[in-house]
Amino acid sequence: MNIASALHDTRLLYMHHLRASLRTKVAVVFGMLQPLLYLLLFGPLLTRLNGVRGFGDHDPWQVFVPGILVQLVLFRSGFVGFALIADLRAGVVDRLRVTPVSRAAMLLGMVLRDTTVLVVQAILLLAAGLALGLRAPLPGLLIGLALAVLLATGIASLSYVLAMVTRREDAFASLLSSVTLPLMLLSGMLLPMSMAPGWLDAVSRCTPLRYVVDAVRAAFLGDYAASPVVVGTAVTVVLVAASVWWGARRFVRETA
Amino acid sequence: MIKASGLARTFTTKRGTVEAVRGVDFHVARGEIVGFLGPNGAGKTTTLRMLTTLLAPTAGTAVVAGHDLRTDPAGVRRRIGYVAQGGGAAPGVPVGEELGLQARLYGVPRPTERIAELCAQLELDGLLDRPAQALSGGQRRRLDLALGLVHRPPLMFLDEPTAGLDPHSRGNLWHHIRRMREEDGATVFLTTHYLEEADALCDRILIIDHGRIVAEGTPDELKRRVSGDVVTLDLAVPDHGDRADAGDVEATARARAALAELPQVREAVVTGTSVRLTVDQGDRALAQLVRSLDAAGVEVAALRMARPTLDDVFLTLTGRSLREAAA
Ligand SMILES: Nc1ncnc2c1ncn2[C@@H]1O[C@H](COP(=O)(O)OP(=O)(O)O)[C@@H](O)[C@H]1O
Ligand SMILES: [Mg+2]
Repeated sequence: MNIASALHDTRLLYMHHLRASLRTKVAVVFGMLQPLLYLLLFGPLLTRLNGVRGFGDHDPWQVFVPGILVQLVLFRSGFVGFALIADLRAGVVDRLRVTPVSRAAMLLGMVLRDTTVLVVQAILLLAAGLALGLRAPLPGLLIGLALAVLLATGIASLSYVLAMVTRREDAFASLLSSVTLPLMLLSGMLLPMSMAPGWLDAVSRCTPLRYVVDAVRAAFLGDYAASPVVVGTAVTVVLVAASVWWGARRFVRETA
Repeated sequence: MIKASGLARTFTTKRGTVEAVRGVDFHVARGEIVGFLGPNGAGKTTTLRMLTTLLAPTAGTAVVAGHDLRTDPAGVRRRIGYVAQGGGAAPGVPVGEELGLQARLYGVPRPTERIAELCAQLELDGLLDRPAQALSGGQRRRLDLALGLVHRPPLMFLDEPTAGLDPHSRGNLWHHIRRMREEDGATVFLTTHYLEEADALCDRILIIDHGRIVAEGTPDELKRRVSGDVVTLDLAVPDHGDRADAGDVEATARARAALAELPQVREAVVTGTSVRLTVDQGDRALAQLVRSLDAAGVEVAALRMARPTLDDVFLTLTGRSLREAAA
């Protein structure tokens, strides 16, 4: 497969999918409803937790908004596979497979579109956080955003692979909920894992999102060179590289 | 254009294995319109999906548009167009965007002009901004054709191109399919379970049943294989008052007995008060038929004779009617 034509096809499909997303602006905004509600209806409770062990003397928003940011990534990017199942059913995927299109481009076009939509949602989310009282240095916010975007790329790839394998909405939905909920709870998104008993903290350390959440929190606090940022970035990069590679391989084989 | 040898596909499901296609051999020459005729589940779609590189054969191979299916699928893809049984347009995407994407993926030069030309040919003018889900059945099928034709492929695969369309749209689509061959010189390989479609559209027909090709030939050749003509008699039943059924039985029994003595009658099937006969040299046999029935005291209300249809061919080959099998 030649790289130039793969890039050409990726760009074509990316623009095509992006236009589809722009047609459904409402869905882009509604997709943010859940994290926004967490910010609005759950966040204020945390402002009363000043002095609790895990929060230290930090501003609770600096601890909470990173968690909600990663939650946005997990749920929005996790669910993108539903669109692929709809396309499989409508025959769109087969129609594309009969063309000489690069197989990797079929995946990358969708993933890059999803990542673009997620950047917009993440910026809106951070803006809402700032409006509610979040204070964090700009470089910290940018590092958090960059980690979120990277993670989104990886999770979207995984979502498409799982959609390709299950091929049915009901099977995909139950698989998804049995994966996302434990990942969310174990990452310490809602309350920091430093509050957890030893065993829970240990289990949490076996899941990747824990490190991403910790990294974004450290970045928001301005500790750019601290080990959580370094470790979290490393975990994210490895996760993304592995997921996209696996996704592309799976896609090439499944649709060869 | 197509040379298939021993092409077979087996599916493994939870309930066991399904031999969808059990080794088919055939060839399609350049410029031909060839139809795969068979009931639902015969293996038509599976064969087409193998020929279009969507599905790997479990055995056999094929050379499609000059390229080997197994060793050079990319070469095959560049030279074929495919319209799937269920179409391939996304419901929410405007027609113009779908066509634009398709043209650019194939690297069609001057895509906008090509799309305008296709829309004029296929009566899609003015629909470019409409999402596919807002098109009528006939318009949708023409969009599917346009998507398959955008790069002027020398070989087109059409899976049940007119299934579910009203008779008017069906005739209209037939016109477009014939034109593909006449104006663009395309070779067309299509599947159908409609006898009229195979008869009206195809130069050559492959009849497929249970994953095997059971007959092959031009529509006329196939019909000639059913020797004889089909004569249908409607019996006038004498009035037996409240015992109407008894009248039927008596009349058909007498008709049967009279017909059994005629050497020309090869087969007789009774349904209600009508009798369907297969007769050698129907035109000559007709007079003798009427005389014999008359002599036996059977009154004939109506008499029709017809050349055999493809359904009669299918019936003779498989013992089932395609109309029933398709229903
Ligand atoms: N993906 C599949 N898995 C299992 N069985 C299949 C699959 N696709 C088709 N079949 C079976 O193969 C047979 C032929 O199907 P198909 O090629 O779609 O027939 P047709 O197009 O002639 O109606 C049917 O019995 C069908 O149930
Ligand atoms: Mg079919």
